[in-house]
Amino acid sequence: MKTLILRTASDILLPVLLLFSVFILFRGHYLPGGGFVGGLIAAIAFVLHAFAYGLKNTRKIIKIHPGFLMPLGLLISFGSAIAPLVAEGLPIMTGLWVPGHFPVIGKIGSALFFDTGVYFVVFGVSLTIIFTISENA
Amino acid sequence: MTENIITYPLVVHLFFSIVLMFFWQKIKVQKILTIVGNFIALGVAIAVFIHIWSNGTQVVNAGNWDAPFGIVFVGDMLSATLLLLTAVSGLAVSIFSIVSVINARLRFGFFSVYHFLLLGLNGAFLTGDIFNLYVWFEIIIISSFVLISIGGEKNQLEGAIKYFTLNFFGSLIFLTALGVIYGLTGSLNMADIANKIKLIDSQVLIDISAVLFLTAFSIKSAVFPLNFWLPASYHTPPSAVSAIFSGLLTKVGVYALIRMMTLIFPQDEFLMNLLIVLSVLTIISGSFGAIIQNNIRKVFSYLIICHIGFMIGGLGVFNVLAISGVLFYLIHDIIVKTNLFLIGGVIYRIKGTTNMKKIGDLYHSFPKLSLLIIIVLFSLVGVPPLSGFWPKISLFLSSYNNENYWYFGALILGSFITLVVVAKIWSEAFWKKQPEFSIRKKKFISFGQLYTLQKWQFITPIAILAIISLYIGFGADHIQTLSLKIAEDIIDPQNYIDAVLKP
Repeated sequence: MKTLILRTASDILLPVLLLFSVFILFRGHYLPGGGFVGGLIAAIAFVLHAFAYGLKNTRKIIKIHPGFLMPLGLLISFGSAIAPLVAEGLPIMTGLWVPGHFPVIGKIGSALFFDTGVYFVVFGVSLTIIFTISENA
Repeated sequence: MTENIITYPLVVHLFFSIVLMFFWQKIKVQKILTIVGNFIALGVAIAVFIHIWSNGTQVVNAGNWDAPFGIVFVGDMLSATLLLLTAVSGLAVSIFSIVSVINARLRFGFFSVYHFLLLGLNGAFLTGDIFNLYVWFEIIIISSFVLISIGGEKNQLEGAIKYFTLNFFGSLIFLTALGVIYGLTGSLNMADIANKIKLIDSQVLIDISAVLFLTAFSIKSAVFPLNFWLPASYHTPPSAVSAIFSGLLTKVGVYALIRMMTLIFPQDEFLMNLLIVLSVLTIISGSFGAIIQNNIRKVFSYLIICHIGFMIGGLGVFNVLAISGVLFYLIHDIIVKTNLFLIGGVIYRIKGTTNMKKIGDLYHSFPKLSLLIIIVLFSLVGVPPLSGFWPKISLFLSSYNNENYWYFGALILGSFITLVVVAKIWSEAFWKKQPEFSIRKKKFISFGQLYTLQKWQFITPIAILAIISLYIGFGADHIQTLSLKIAEDIIDPQNYIDAVLKP
């Protein structure tokens, strides 16, 4: 599969897909999107790279083991779930919102961090699964 | 907002399972962390129990959305007791597993998944939302799939497939039942459903959904026609895993049945008769299965089925005395059944097999250990004044007064056969001379070759659980008071409904 067309395409698509995945993540609160699809799209970016350049080179550009992203994402989600409990004594998973409006992102609240956690978990899980399968193939 | 305390057990287990994932390859750190985590969980469970005991039912609306629209966590005395028992068995099994489970298994994240399993159990006991209950069941079965198949030995995978298929099917039926009940009442909050189901005219529709729920939970807790997966799979994984499965996983099904039958479908003639019939058949099939087996762990698996029948039948009799008997039996059974499989693990470590025909003479080589084990075995049978005896008084009395003679007879038969089976285990494994042939695997480290610390790690959890069994036996008035209080609480669901919906 190491054709010139695929390599060139993946070079351009990798940053575009990553950017798109972040866009999908931020869009997800009121519109279709969110952490799950965002994570999948981010994983697709690297899977495409692995098809074009081979698994070794993809591992080099990711640098960390994708399995590490799973506990990281879970920790972020967990933090957003217990933040209201720790900060204000409210029941777990109550939405906390930072007052005011931010450019591009909109309002920032604990729901965003929950979704970010989901993003990392899905990203890590799908890369781990696909890398493991293609290593043994 | 002190009622938030009831969600702390969930927070603790989730936190530790995440932290353990960060130490994926460092087994020594994992071992220390899991013990610390389970001690903290036990402390939290005790605090929750005391809080609910002194302040009554506590309700937390997750996300601060009011019931019946948001998901609620409800901690009543029944939940608190089960949380406490989960924490105790969880701690005992974690101590046992750090020495008995081999490193190759631990490297695949055994402890992390173990904490996820305990998270699922705690969540199932706490939730007051029926769809959320389904989600906790999913968390429980997904983590149990990992635990049962971790290591990947041949017979283990065979057991895992049987377990997986049946439990998956059970979840499917549970989901169908959820769809039916949502279609009928338009709500998923258990208290709200309990209110709205009274307004439905068609008894047939209610019975259909009730039978669907009954089928789903019967698969989970191995009630008669759907029980064959349990003895086929519970003897295959490591002893620590089958201990937590036998102590708690089948009991989640019983808990869900108790909750459903008392809260949503109370006093339904058809269901009560059905439960009695099922319990009689369950007791008979479980006890006859136990009597013909020679593998100690398989015998214990069949005894689980037999004693599930005791509890289901008490639920079918349905009065305060019978329900209190069921709850007392549940408390006794969780501790004893967990301990039985730990004992099976120790016997395996000593002899290299759990086949009764191939072992013997345990009493002469390990007299103190044998005395410890006989306490547990006698508690299981219910030799007075040990723990199995007291709940049976309530069950016998209520079934006789209620003229449920079939169930009464099945109880006698079940208790008698349990006695026979325990006598058989005792004479074969402990008194008989060691037979000539004994199978030793390569690289098998027997109990005598372990370090002293490791020996203690094997024995301590058994001793802790045995002491709790003794307390349940000798302090039976405390447990009886507790189970009567719970029974009075849950047999009149109005308190629960008012606590959740705050009229």
